[in-house]
Amino acid sequence: MANQPRLVELRRNVLKRNDIVAGALRLLFQEMGVTVVSLVSSPGSGKTAFLEKTLTRLQPRFRVGALVGDLATDNDAQRLARSHARVSQIVTGTVCHLEAEMIRNALDGWSLPELDFLFIENVGNLVCPSSYDLGEELRAVLLSVTEGEDKPLKYPTIFNSADVAVVTKTDLAEAVEFDWPAAETNIQRVRPGMRVLRVSAKTGAGLDEWLELLQGLRAPAPGGTRAS
Amino acid sequence: MQPQHMHELSVAMGIVEGVEEESARHDGCVSAVHLRLGPLSGVVKEALLSAFELACAGSSIEGAHLIIEEVPIVVYCPACQAQQTIGSIQWFCCPKCGAPTSEVIQGKELEIVALEIE
Repeated sequence: MANQPRLVELRRNVLKRNDIVAGALRLLFQEMGVTVVSLVSSPGSGKTAFLEKTLTRLQPRFRVGALVGDLATDNDAQRLARSHARVSQIVTGTVCHLEAEMIRNALDGWSLPELDFLFIENVGNLVCPSSYDLGEELRAVLLSVTEGEDKPLKYPTIFNSADVAVVTKTDLAEAVEFDWPAAETNIQRVRPGMRVLRVSAKTGAGLDEWLELLQGLRAPAPGGTRAS
Repeated sequence: MQPQHMHELSVAMGIVEGVEEESARHDGCVSAVHLRLGPLSGVVKEALLSAFELACAGSSIEGAHLIIEEVPIVVYCPACQAQQTIGSIQWFCCPKCGAPTSEVIQGKELEIVALEIE
């Protein structure tokens, strides 16, 4: 009788702490008027090149910054610094994804009201980042044509967690015989209705559509102004 | 080095931390932890089970078992105006009428639902 286990029912989200921090960040970003966009993808899909072009193209009209997650190096931050945007590296060490608390700590000392856009480049990984809310307004998942069109089926969770898909390195599509209809079908299977953009950071193709989408996030709501 | 496994380790540490907090309100030792896991949580059951053993070691719930209940993905089908369980994480469409839908009702669960305390 003494060792008879009793069952205590409860309901507790394991990632509760991350979700609380992410929720607080989202509120803070809204109050400060900064639009936060995160990028997720596998390693080598062209996140940094895409982000460098994005920062450079936005610069004349918007105040932009970026946080870059990487397991061990600050190479990406150095590359992005060429755009003259404010860039901080988050070296995650052995951790394979960014968590909301890392974002909060990395922003220590930043003046958010001086930013219009903040980009968060997650660690190259299509598995782990899907579980962690970072307080972002938009999550873009990148898929390069060289990875193959079946990536969405192999990593449905991350595609499902994203708001927009960006197919990168489109200048190589023909060389690798990228199957566009199959890619589109696979993305729509795992995330029906998701917008898909086609971009080449090298040639600049498709960047205008991406920039329009970003600017649309900052457009004042009809009949009122954006909360500030 | 498999990054996926490190992810499960940090999730497992979150479980241990959550259980320690919850169990502090009760007398006795935690012998088992019941967890609900959805396919969209991004967590792999087998990896989590082995990570949990590691995360438990040296904690106040060392030796506790992790019992995982896997729940299916449930979506809302706007055409049928009903909730439907889908069989494949690779195809978000209504199993009855085939309409695509991304309105997820269930499937992201990663939650502790019960503790066995003795």
